[in-house]
Amino acid sequence: MQTELIQEARRQAEICNACRYCEGYCSVFPSLHAERAFSDGNITQLANLCHNCRGCYYACQYTAPHEFDLNLPKALAEVRRDSWESFAWPQPLARRFHTQGGVIALALVIGFALLFWAIRAIGSSGGEGFYAVLSHNAMVAIFAPAFLLPLFSIAISLRRYWAEVGGKPIQISDLTTAFKRAGKMQDLAAGHGEGCNFEDEDRFSQGRRHIHHAIMYGFLLCFASTSVATVMHYGFGLHAPYSFWSLPKLFGISGGILLTLGCGAMVLLKRKSDRNLGDPSAWGGDIAFILLLGFVGFSGLVLYALGSTTLMPQLLAIHLGSVLAFFLLTPYTKMAHGFYRLAALVRDAQRKRGS
Amino acid sequence: MATQTEAYDIAVIGGGNAALCAAMTAAEAGARVLILETAPKPYRGGNSRHTRNFRCMHHGPLGPLVDAYSEDEYLSDLLKVTYGKTDEHLARLAIRTSEECLPWMEERGVRFQPSLSGTLSLARTNAFFMGGGKSLVNAYYRTVAGLGVDALYEAAVTHLELNGDQIEWVDYTYEGQSHRITPKAVIVASGGFQADTDWLTRAWGEPAKNFLIRGTPYNRGVVLADLLDQGVESVGDPTQCHAVAIDGRAPKFDGGIVTRLDCVPFSIVVNKNAERFYDEGEDVWPKRYAIWGRLVAAQADQVGFVIIDAKSLNLFMPSVFPPLKADTLEELAAKMSLPADKLTATVAEFNAACGDTSGFHPTELDGVATSGLTPPKTNWARPITEPPFYGYSLRTGVTFTYLGLKVDDTAQCSTPNGKIKNLWAAGETMAGSILGQGYLAGFGMTIGTVFGRIAGREAATYAN
Repeated sequence: MQTELIQEARRQAEICNACRYCEGYCSVFPSLHAERAFSDGNITQLANLCHNCRGCYYACQYTAPHEFDLNLPKALAEVRRDSWESFAWPQPLARRFHTQGGVIALALVIGFALLFWAIRAIGSSGGEGFYAVLSHNAMVAIFAPAFLLPLFSIAISLRRYWAEVGGKPIQISDLTTAFKRAGKMQDLAAGHGEGCNFEDEDRFSQGRRHIHHAIMYGFLLCFASTSVATVMHYGFGLHAPYSFWSLPKLFGISGGILLTLGCGAMVLLKRKSDRNLGDPSAWGGDIAFILLLGFVGFSGLVLYALGSTTLMPQLLAIHLGSVLAFFLLTPYTKMAHGFYRLAALVRDAQRKRGS
Repeated sequence: MATQTEAYDIAVIGGGNAALCAAMTAAEAGARVLILETAPKPYRGGNSRHTRNFRCMHHGPLGPLVDAYSEDEYLSDLLKVTYGKTDEHLARLAIRTSEECLPWMEERGVRFQPSLSGTLSLARTNAFFMGGGKSLVNAYYRTVAGLGVDALYEAAVTHLELNGDQIEWVDYTYEGQSHRITPKAVIVASGGFQADTDWLTRAWGEPAKNFLIRGTPYNRGVVLADLLDQGVESVGDPTQCHAVAIDGRAPKFDGGIVTRLDCVPFSIVVNKNAERFYDEGEDVWPKRYAIWGRLVAAQADQVGFVIIDAKSLNLFMPSVFPPLKADTLEELAAKMSLPADKLTATVAEFNAACGDTSGFHPTELDGVATSGLTPPKTNWARPITEPPFYGYSLRTGVTFTYLGLKVDDTAQCSTPNGKIKNLWAAGETMAGSILGQGYLAGFGMTIGTVFGRIAGREAATYAN
């Protein structure tokens, strides 16, 4: 971890701890106020609890030009990104994707190319629908490792995080508390429930929270669609293609729409926000990641709409290529934040019950 | 001189809580209002930026406030800190009106939260702003903008022309140019003069040069001086102000809340000669908090030094600057430039006067006192023996001055010849009308809100 980033966040946290005016805003402050001195692990935990809502920044009497020069959202955003890079496995991949949008775009192109190559080289073994283009077994052979390897990588990263922040054995109640908070994105609502200060200085708005909800639930619906389809395939022998009124399609279409709209809106919203209250160096990587995630949803919808036309094989390659790129990049892009946020909320639930 | 083409009914001078309450009230009554704020936008809001709560009377649970806090109890708290130096009529008006202010504030975007950690003694009497005073200021600027009020930043008012019983015009500078406007009514809410060190020194004497100013550097009393020079009636004693003892390493201006030190009750406090000078255990925070500013101001070089040992370090709120730390008292004395032999003697004398400490209780008056010591320590007196030893320097931190404009219960100003028919005052500019000395946490915001609303209402009635 970069000591100067931790050191700067610690300097600011000590000032916050003497002030405490922001106590009511989000989970960060009660957690901060529980300490008198901040270990590196404390700072890492605070950084991953922060949702960058910026409420504390606009309420702060000590922001520049004041000599204390507080900008806690930025300091924590920088530590947060640095923590993800430091904990990531395998390490050499870690420091590329958070800051370099171009690398994400390149990964996407490689994903397309791989899928086009797979379709040509492996092709169908006589299935129908999409399997007429690429066999079910080939899809599984490509996507099972592309899904499981990132999960394995993230598991290693989270173990490292858990050790750093002094996490304790997890109880069911820690998980339920954390999932509830994440489900509502309570920390994006400020303490008074009126949202955060993101797109227009100190004006409170639910915009970011609602858009983020659309992305999260859109993603989860898409994920549910694939999961249900897998169960139907292996458990019940019900093979794709599925009709519109089937669970995979209903989940997939609604999720795809939410994901596409949410990601588009998030890019527009981020363009309105002040970059200097986040991690400016992560801007390109974040935008590229959001566009990639949105493209996964959008290309899936286009594939559904034009799946019966002659364009289908190309659209399938493009959609699956983007899914492949997205999965493989998960541990090294902004997507990792969901896992870390949940871990931080679990740790915070432990702190609250005195563990 | 440029002439403002826009015609305003009311000019509000200042940009803090009182000014904004006045502007909102006047604009809601249909007046065209202009706010002239001296500070640049990041520093807008005067001392309100640094505030955190509002002392509020209430008959039963109200918003974040628990139980009840009656008019008489509130007044009696005020009389305790002012030793009776208050205008009871205006004080009761402020207290009584405070109850209706809380929902009024919420309607205009202010959000409250339960009392902050470390301030539980205020849960019944003071309503805390979520995010603190700057978030209140932000909410009010959003509200005034929605009401069509124009707010100019870095607009420094230089002169109000008083002619007989009325203000004829207002001169101010903005973006490098001088401007003159002729509003129908003027509300002055531009604070005290504490940021003008020369004025503070004229009032207090040389020691004032060593004072730190806790709040905004923009309250230089320009408009106050201009009006006093023209014979507007004043009230308050120029030597009276809200002063507390803060960390001696705090910035000269604008250090705000984080520079406070809550460690005095668990310490001994010495002057630069390493002599104790007052009972450190007299009372709990926050009642004792306000007296130490004056105690330190009366010492040589206006400095004091707090000495604690390891067993007391975690008993008070974290401080913004870490304490000086040493393994021996001699080493600590060297770090604080105190005479080492004298400090060890003072500590030894204090330690010898401590008795049974088994009744020590950090959050209440525990009666654990010294015997036969002058000055005594009447609570929390435990020997200072356990290394490492810690020290903080103390200096006097001024929040705001009390010399101001005299107002009546309609917030109207006057000359010896009678009322000025179009001039009202609100906030710290007139707080001396109520606060003769001392201070009660959260009362400044009460005065600002109550008299800001009154001034806005009266000015709008006049202008309409």
